[in-house]
Amino acid sequence: MTGRDLLGIEDLERADLERILETAERMQEVGRRDVKKVPTLRGRTLINLFFESSTRTRTSFEIAGKRLSADVVNFTPSSSSLTKAESILDTAMTLDAMDPDAVIVRHKVAGVPKRLADALAAPVINAGDGAHEHPTQALLDCFTVKQEKGRFDGLTVTIIGDITHSRVARSNLYAFTKLGAEVRLAAPPTMLPAGIESLGAKAYTSLREALEGADVVMVLRIQQERLDGCFFPSIREYASTFGIDRAKLRYAKDDVIVMHPGPINRGVEIAHDLADRRPSVILDQVRNGVAVRMAVLYQFAGRSAKREG
Amino acid sequence: MAASSASPIRASADEARVVLDDVAIRRALVRIAHEVVERNETWRDLYLVAIPNGGVPLARIIAAQVREITGLELPVGILDTTLYRDDLVASGERPPLRRTEMPSAVDDRVVVLVDDVVSTGRTIRAAMDALMDFGRPRSVQVVGLVDRGHRELPIKIDFVGKNVPTQREERVKLRGLDGDLEGPLEVVILENDGGRA
Repeated sequence: MTGRDLLGIEDLERADLERILETAERMQEVGRRDVKKVPTLRGRTLINLFFESSTRTRTSFEIAGKRLSADVVNFTPSSSSLTKAESILDTAMTLDAMDPDAVIVRHKVAGVPKRLADALAAPVINAGDGAHEHPTQALLDCFTVKQEKGRFDGLTVTIIGDITHSRVARSNLYAFTKLGAEVRLAAPPTMLPAGIESLGAKAYTSLREALEGADVVMVLRIQQERLDGCFFPSIREYASTFGIDRAKLRYAKDDVIVMHPGPINRGVEIAHDLADRRPSVILDQVRNGVAVRMAVLYQFAGRSAKREG
Repeated sequence: MAASSASPIRASADEARVVLDDVAIRRALVRIAHEVVERNETWRDLYLVAIPNGGVPLARIIAAQVREITGLELPVGILDTTLYRDDLVASGERPPLRRTEMPSAVDDRVVVLVDDVVSTGRTIRAAMDALMDFGRPRSVQVVGLVDRGHRELPIKIDFVGKNVPTQREERVKLRGLDGDLEGPLEVVILENDGGRA
């Protein structure tokens, strides 16, 4: 596996991605047992260091860690010394001094996990940093596609939404491209970063063209809390031009699947009746997240090149 | 990772000493199948559980043989022990996980673990722990096609194909796992770390 920390998909080789997906398949079997727990990380400690709110990612990491028998500690900023103006780095170094075997970090600023990885003895796993990367989300998305389609080569994955502000889009762009799929990005021009095609994707401002022949449609959340500028005239206009409903899906392949990293804005980026039923696989993504994070923890937790070196 | 593409040529037959060829392996498994049936009067409670990768073809051959003897189709499970190992080192690559498929419940069954090469006993220990997570077997017995000694835990092999005295540095491997039951199998001793076969 490339590197000691999991900071982004950009740093990983195709073989690393394949190894994690294969490991996740085995972990999924553990999750189907009556006793959903194996002793692999017994006696190891994981710290969930989430500076930004999260339901599924934090819970998913916690369950994944517990299924591997690790002790999982959740750090909550609102009840911490951060309220006494302790810096993020000091907080992280303090936690690191308690010898965790991995620190799982989410922060609204891109690059915080990297900064912590440079400073901490424990391996750092990025659980989402600003608009940079969200590697475990991309891994679980790839895992879900692999389970549905059985392959990546020759698949067309269309990612729709606020590409500029989306760490999910960025990580998925790297992941699917490395695995051999074609990635299309579709958004209003204000939400498509210039030069994004240099990363190997095709950019579209016409939703219809982007959907033509797509095997996978990945809908991004309109992050109303991150939008301080004016990127589109109104939510309603966005919903009618880029919101996905069954009518628009007709341009895609018959066996298209619809994914969403959650939390969803029903009736905005995805139609009410589409979110809960096939071809939507949104809850499968959540389910697969636990197996994928078990695989990530198996590969990364406890790796400590610094302490040994 | 790049090393795996370079090694097959180096690991040629002259470095590998064959201790059991295909005929000898099948003959040993026929005998073991008879012994398993003889030892366990209530055949219908038997459950063969293979430790991958080597145990899988061996368990299938034993199951086929037991069917010839008793007419009974025994369940064959596959149980990966990697997540139960006691040596997951602090740094470096984690070993790949292998498939686990347990088609029947183990409760109240006589589970016969099947492994290709038994040495320290640590894999069998891990397999027993894994097994207990699937239920409460009535008893657990062990088949080892090759017992090479060097035990580090108090583990007894109930059914041995062949005792093969070895040096600790040598590696003993079952080869020929790619195909189905028809492919020729052989057990070889490789001097120290003679590449991956």
